[in-house]
Amino acid sequence: MHNNPPETGAFYPRDPDWHPQALTPGYKTSVLRAPQRAKISFDPTLGEIAGPAFGHGLLGPLDNDLILNFASPGESAIGERIIVHGRVQDERGRGVGGTLVEFWQANAGGRYRHKKDAYLAPLDPNFGGCGRTITDAAGYYSFRTIKPGPYPWPNGVNDWRPRHIHFSVFGTGFAQRLITQMYFEGDPLIDICPIVNTIRDQAAIGQLIAPMDMANTVPMDAMAYKFDITLRGRRSTMFENRREGN
Amino acid sequence: MQRLDRLKESPSQTAGPYVHIGCVPSFAGIEGVYPEDLGRAMITGDAKGERITLTGRVFDGTGTPLRDAMIEIWQADAAGLFNSPAETRGSADPAFAGWGRQPTDGETGIYAFETVKPGRVPFPDGRLQAPHITMWIVARGINLGLSTRVYFEDEAEANAADPILSRIEHKARVPTLMARRAGSVHTFDIHLQGENETIFFDV
Repeated sequence: MHNNPPETGAFYPRDPDWHPQALTPGYKTSVLRAPQRAKISFDPTLGEIAGPAFGHGLLGPLDNDLILNFASPGESAIGERIIVHGRVQDERGRGVGGTLVEFWQANAGGRYRHKKDAYLAPLDPNFGGCGRTITDAAGYYSFRTIKPGPYPWPNGVNDWRPRHIHFSVFGTGFAQRLITQMYFEGDPLIDICPIVNTIRDQAAIGQLIAPMDMANTVPMDAMAYKFDITLRGRRSTMFENRREGN
Repeated sequence: MQRLDRLKESPSQTAGPYVHIGCVPSFAGIEGVYPEDLGRAMITGDAKGERITLTGRVFDGTGTPLRDAMIEIWQADAAGLFNSPAETRGSADPAFAGWGRQPTDGETGIYAFETVKPGRVPFPDGRLQAPHITMWIVARGINLGLSTRVYFEDEAEANAADPILSRIEHKARVPTLMARRAGSVHTFDIHLQGENETIFFDV
């Protein structure tokens, strides 16, 4: 990372057919929150191409360990112990090193530690539900947590969220900023979730489903799931940012 | 023929109602995991430039303020430089992060950033853009984070020459991008729908 000059090329346009549209009536909350007019497009300027960077000094020793980072001394979160790991890459397949990845989730019973979550499943006194890490120079990250539970939510009369972990990723330019969710291989709730189904393309949904990864399981300790995240790619910088007449 | 072999961007999913747990945990009532919420303070020392407060609300299609949104802003420093590894024109003010993150209040829906007035940044063709702040809004019910720009209504001359503002066909919508000034407080409300729907950008 430090040996390479920063990349300053503009980003590839987003594919609006791959992302969910704003108005997705199956997910009722979107109806009054979806802009109705066309977005105005322009080729990224420096403000979109550049983005904030966060140093490893930001991180505490337990930031990527949700089993311990809210637990009392000598205790740990309840649930299936898992490792989630993968690579943050861009659409060119290049690893995105040194980027901040944040994650949050419900506890093993499907309850969030949030003042607005009133689900009757109990809080786990040893589980907060947030973590973060910074990718290594090649773009890899990992963290340890418990497998979140599914939970019911008010949308239809009987809608349930599949087990999922929320991800927030920065990338190197602010126009790469992305929030998404990771699902777990084999969860039967994925196919019937109104939020998952805001995405119309099954291949795009598949990109958010993490396979079980036996090779990275820690025997007698924790299961593993692999979740790669792809951010927008950049154009070559060679012919970028020319002034008029050049 | 060769193949482009390009990957697809991971599709977005809503940040949901509990985005605060991961991004501003103290707002969710979670203390002790991090020393403080990331992005709470943009000014970390004796930052140069004019100190301003940027505040407002995000309204849905009924005019109800969103009380579960999260907003991030990203801007140049007072000299027009970004605090980013991709800034190759010089070094930004080390006392100014350029990036901030705030939730909308759980009761009032009001967000507020303490920041500095940004300097002007060149467009790729060399023309100067008017001072502006890039804003990104996520919330329950928003499937892909919304990008907009905050301009300043008292920068009439710079706004008139701004390459982005001047390409907006429907001039009647341009005021949706203007923060209203009262002293050092600049108010910028976002309307997700309706007659005054804010201009959102695909960048």
